[in-house]
Amino acid sequence: MMEILRCTVNGRPVEVGIDQRESLADVLRERLGLTSVKKGCEVGECGACTVLVDGTAIDSCIYLGVWAQGKTILTVEGLQNENGELSPIQQAFVEEAAVQCGFCTPGIIMSAVEIVGSGKRYTREELRKLISGHLCRCTGYQNILNAVERAVNEAHKFVGREEQEQ
Amino acid sequence: MEVGRAYTRVDAADKVTGRARYTDDLHDGPMLVAKILHSTIANGWVKSIDTAAARALPGVVKVLTCFDAPQIQYPTPGHPWSTDPGHQDVADRLLLTRRVRIYGDDIAVVVAEDEVTARRALKLIRVEYESCPVMLEPEQAMEPGAVPIHEEHPDNILKRTETVVGQPDEALSDPALLHFEGHYQTQQVQHCHIENPISYAYMEHGRITVVTSTQIPHIVRRVIGQALGIGWGQIRVIKPYIGGGFGNKQEVLYEPLNAWLTTQVGGRCVKLDVSREETFQNTRSRHPIRFDIKAAVSSQGRIMARECVAISNQGGYASHGHAIVANAVNGFRQTYPDAVGHRSVAYTVYTNRPAPGAMRGYGIPQCDFAGECLMEDIAREMNWDPYQFRLKNIMPLGYVDPTNGITCYSTALARCMEKGRDFIRWDELRAKYQNQTGPVRRGVGMAVFSYKTGVYPISLETASARIVLNQDGTVQLQLGATEIGQGGDTVFCQMAAQAIGLPTERVNIVSTQDTDTAPFDTGAYASRQTYVTGKAIKKAGELFREKVLSYAREMLPQAGELDLRAGEIVDGGSGESLLTLEELAMEAFYSLEHSVHITAEVTNHCKENTFAFGCCFAEVEVDIPVGKVKVLRIVNVHDSGRLINPKLAEAQVHGGMSMGIGYALSEEMKFDPATGRLLNGNLLDYKLPTAMDHPELTALFVEDEDPSGPFGNKALGEPPAIPVAPAIRNAVLHATGVAVNTLPLSPQRLVEEFRKGGLI
Ligand code: FES
Ligand code: FES
Repeated sequence: MMEILRCTVNGRPVEVGIDQRESLADVLRERLGLTSVKKGCEVGECGACTVLVDGTAIDSCIYLGVWAQGKTILTVEGLQNENGELSPIQQAFVEEAAVQCGFCTPGIIMSAVEIVGSGKRYTREELRKLISGHLCRCTGYQNILNAVERAVNEAHKFVGREEQEQ
Repeated sequence: MEVGRAYTRVDAADKVTGRARYTDDLHDGPMLVAKILHSTIANGWVKSIDTAAARALPGVVKVLTCFDAPQIQYPTPGHPWSTDPGHQDVADRLLLTRRVRIYGDDIAVVVAEDEVTARRALKLIRVEYESCPVMLEPEQAMEPGAVPIHEEHPDNILKRTETVVGQPDEALSDPALLHFEGHYQTQQVQHCHIENPISYAYMEHGRITVVTSTQIPHIVRRVIGQALGIGWGQIRVIKPYIGGGFGNKQEVLYEPLNAWLTTQVGGRCVKLDVSREETFQNTRSRHPIRFDIKAAVSSQGRIMARECVAISNQGGYASHGHAIVANAVNGFRQTYPDAVGHRSVAYTVYTNRPAPGAMRGYGIPQCDFAGECLMEDIAREMNWDPYQFRLKNIMPLGYVDPTNGITCYSTALARCMEKGRDFIRWDELRAKYQNQTGPVRRGVGMAVFSYKTGVYPISLETASARIVLNQDGTVQLQLGATEIGQGGDTVFCQMAAQAIGLPTERVNIVSTQDTDTAPFDTGAYASRQTYVTGKAIKKAGELFREKVLSYAREMLPQAGELDLRAGEIVDGGSGESLLTLEELAMEAFYSLEHSVHITAEVTNHCKENTFAFGCCFAEVEVDIPVGKVKVLRIVNVHDSGRLINPKLAEAQVHGGMSMGIGYALSEEMKFDPATGRLLNGNLLDYKLPTAMDHPELTALFVEDEDPSGPFGNKALGEPPAIPVAPAIRNAVLHATGVAVNTLPLSPQRLVEEFRKGGLI
């Protein structure tokens, strides 16, 4: 059965016909062309398909497209600002050499967006736990943690400054 | 200097924005989906297949079985073609097989309008089998009377080789020497690249195009030609970005089947979507190898002679054949050259396991586990410091392997060991953890390795590079060598920039290989590309530079000696800038007197090889009652010659260490011995380490110039994965006094071993 899905994707309202059985990953990839959403297992094991739904990171391969009705979805395609600059998290991944084959990268970046967005500070151990739903075979997570840690710290500095200014 | 710069990856921005496109991201328009029917027995024959119900399902386009497929046996490993028929790869595969050799063998395929229909159709196919007993271990397959898995090898032994160097027998029975024995067993593990090996195929102008996630596009093209019995020029293979390979994609996997399928549906586009479970069951893995070793050592701690018998479990298909265990026994011998002699005996044995193939290290992670356990065990028995015992025996500079001539042109292994020792605080902690009691104990361990660079002289080493000038004074670099996540594209740009005399910023790499246009190169394996392809890039860069300077001399007839530096034509003496490369390019393109498109293309036939070295030091904490090992600190120190890009080199080492940690502690493909079915072929049950299973990873280097490397460099890609497992095993031995000789050191195994050792 086909159904119309209405939601917001990367800041733009979207209306698209989908099969009720389709995963959100397939909707985003096949119907909307957002191929940053990767599939490494399609059963919720690897985290490559992670996107944010209303600000929460989910495995889009095990999230039905129809569940996204009326919701707000963010993928890495939606992270660059209006001038085309990379977001600080993306920039941190580039500069910390946290990217190798890059297949796990969009998913982990989306989790990092959620982590940074929480506005909290985390220990290295806490960050390890927070990204442990993502499998990466290339990096040993070392530079990924460095990148996430840096993004968290930078965001915190920024928030800290704003607080001071007020 | 462009070489040696911590240049940012050329593909990083595309990868963090999701714009880097992988195989499954590329196709547009309608495509058919193929799904494979896998056998539900591990050994036997397909007697009949009933596809009527599947064919009747609406949306099914075609059902093809092992009774329809061409009967051309073909090889699958990513080796260069050998012009000597005696050295060609074992051709033991069919696209679809009636003779079932592994649980899940490929026996039929459905092509349908969509995936759901294809999967439903698979369920409607009825198969009748005739089964034989399942043999998962070489011992079973080698037993007299065992059913031959391939009729060409009635005893199930694909190959046995024996190599003798010097006179080992005398030393091995000399009563004046100290004698040791060791038995070590490694397990079957999978690469677990996060992108499954997906492909799609279609026909255009009567030729077949296959887009695929591979490390070896030119070899894939050749093997498709072999499998289909058509001219290799009738095939075009395209390799975009790939989500990791680690050797699994140094194999021709389902590309021939996919190519055949498009020909069966009139050239329509067919996608062969390989699931994670199929990746585990039907693609390659790392060989389990059993090592039985004897060693004779002088009382001064010099290794006089060793014998190494290695039995490699090849599973149902030859894949890389005997090459991997042969490499393993050679590697075992090379790291510590015996003073008097050495004997190695290697077996490759067919069984009913999913067939292993190349995986990061090509037999060396296995032999290094055996070799470094042995060194530790001898040192322990003799009360020698394992560090000093190794130091006394490691390969010296100038060593020449007597069997193949591979030469040690540079070594900084001793200095790597020193660095690792200092980092881990070896002397202090070896003493401190000497006499512990209680349930939680700590230890430090080490392991070293040597690793050759590329495959010369065992196989052909050839690589080509093409450099093309653009109007704005930038260049395009085109290669047949592949980026597989390791950072190849970035370091290739740096090498070209260095050779030409340009900033790396002005080199654009064509990342995608299309065999119709990419120069010939055999691809990413054997840690060869920075070395072998590097030589081709260097030569092409120098030729290009020569051509640019020759054109500059035409433009500047009055000038003295010219040079190309940082993208400018300068006076060779004063360094004064005379002309930009952009100005020269515009003239060369559009001159009414002499228009020429400046390009350079070179093939380098590499006839050198050299050894890379390194070591790992680990500190662990062992919780004895629960059999849990926690790696507290770990360091790899590498001698890979001069680093082309230190930042990427470090990242590469992290990934290898991570793979080594999984190999040491948790990863293992497990099988049901009765049916041969893989029990944990998914990323939940197969224990790939997560971020929480890692300590901080430290990667250090000793950078010596290797005289044979194009830029003083040698192998780095695979080595980091090699020494980690034995270093952790040796640390556990130091902590507990229990020597675990079988990988992985999982809690179940450790509790068993600690019980045997009287600790529990
Ligand atoms: S593809 Fe969704 S978790 Fe792996
Ligand atoms: S970068 Fe390759 S899987 Fe993470």
